[in-house]
Amino acid sequence: MLARRIVRHGLTLAATVLLGGFLAATLVRLAPGFAVDEQQLDPRLNSESIRALRETRLEQRNIFRFYFHSFERAAHGDLGTSVSLGQPVSRLLRQRVPLTVRLVGIGLLLSWTVAMALALSAAWLRVSAYDAVTTIITGTFLCLPAAVLALLSVLWNVPGSLAIGLIVFPRVYRYARNLLAKAYGLPHITTARAKGLSELRILFWHVIPVAGPQLLAVAGVSVSIAVGAAIPVEALCGLAGVGQLAWQAALARDLPLLVNITILVTMVTLLANSGADVIGHMLRGQPA
Amino acid sequence: MSLWRGVAIAVLLLVVGVSVAAPWLAPAGYARQYREAASASPSRAHWLGTDEIGRDRFARVLYGTRISLLLAPAAALLSTLLAALVGGLAGYLGGAWARAAMAVTDLFLALPWLFLLITVRAMMPLNVSPMISVLVTFLLLGLLGWTSAARVLCAAAGSLRNSDYVRQARASGIPPARLFWVHVLPNLKPVLYAQFWISIPAFILSEANLGILGLGVAEPMPSWGSLLKELEGLVSLGEEPWKFVPLVLLVVVVTSFQLVLSRQEDEVTA
Repeated sequence: MLARRIVRHGLTLAATVLLGGFLAATLVRLAPGFAVDEQQLDPRLNSESIRALRETRLEQRNIFRFYFHSFERAAHGDLGTSVSLGQPVSRLLRQRVPLTVRLVGIGLLLSWTVAMALALSAAWLRVSAYDAVTTIITGTFLCLPAAVLALLSVLWNVPGSLAIGLIVFPRVYRYARNLLAKAYGLPHITTARAKGLSELRILFWHVIPVAGPQLLAVAGVSVSIAVGAAIPVEALCGLAGVGQLAWQAALARDLPLLVNITILVTMVTLLANSGADVIGHMLRGQPA
Repeated sequence: MSLWRGVAIAVLLLVVGVSVAAPWLAPAGYARQYREAASASPSRAHWLGTDEIGRDRFARVLYGTRISLLLAPAAALLSTLLAALVGGLAGYLGGAWARAAMAVTDLFLALPWLFLLITVRAMMPLNVSPMISVLVTFLLLGLLGWTSAARVLCAAAGSLRNSDYVRQARASGIPPARLFWVHVLPNLKPVLYAQFWISIPAFILSEANLGILGLGVAEPMPSWGSLLKELEGLVSLGEEPWKFVPLVLLVVVVTSFQLVLSRQEDEVTA
């Protein structure tokens, strides 16, 4: 059953990634001004070079042909060349991915640590004033645009990973607090408390098994939020990661780069969600 | 809590009222350049100072508020209507229709919202007239923001599909289109209202993000996003605190929307 679930997730992932890439390529192709290429106006280029440039563009005009050739080349490890940066996409991604993975990883770790600490303390203390204070703090962060937090991180010279953490933590806190409050309100937890079980034992033996699978689903979603947050943080903090690359590609209408980043981002978010779903079912011990 | 909701509604009405009155409060307009007073500090003539090319910041905040506050609900209305059409119809029809519609929504939801937005926004011409850029920005928010609402509406319409009164109406020969418009859609109103209110602060924040990244409303037209872009050049927090006025206003408005929204959520839950 678990194997079937994994296969189903795998197939969904493959289909969504293929469709997502095609959608991105189609959107770029249909965009106004797609055929306009600044390079063709360069007075230093001779007629042969301009013709070669036009032929390259002609290949990209037919969206199906462009997409088919892209996949054919991708199968051989060639992801194409960035139009705006003039470098192979695979090299650009290899250079940029480690920084983004580090930023997003540390950001997620920070956000989950703070969110869980606040949510657990709110659930343990059950003091309405404390709950109100944490809600106001997280609510304020929720009302700030991610790009403003990125700008403030530049202003205060704090690491980009902290900015990502601050963008993600209020969203995680909101879900975690509700899930933990709901779990702590269950009758068997009240009975366990009445019997004098320690808070740690109640947490690990009775609360986590109830709220765990849903928290895992939140973990999957938080990866997507963190990847999205990496765009303004990297773009505005001058960090050379995939987020900044996506922003540059979007501004330059760089088709090969945009399609590959879309596929990469779709893959990461779907993998995170599918992984959370599969682990959640394994933890619940339910047939998938 | 109802007191807070009352305060939130009063704040929203006040902000909307002041922004609508912008032509009377700042008759010189948002684009007039006082070249002799560029980058000026707040004074009696310019309550919030001027920007680097001498435009009155107070006027720009008023007009920017008007654009953000009037067009975000318009985009929210568009996205809610799309969600009602796609999600509501998919849920009502069920079967393969619902699966196909949800597959499309899943595809959109697989991408982080801001990534999807900057990708699609960049597809549009960046060097368009300011008015077109305003329309393009908010139209995109409306056209792309329907997916999560469609999921909720699909589930809600799905539960109505097999309800007794719909079965009875179907059995009495009411055509499916009429059944949907007259009997199913009106019962989705509470969910639609909630989705509409949820979308407004989300779209305001998205426009602000796009504006700061240089993909939002084009100059000289002001919006909260383009006004917040000024924070990019700040060296310290206490240097020019009046530059934070658009940010404070945005936080106050979004918080007010969240407070009003909690009432909508209660109604949906009830």
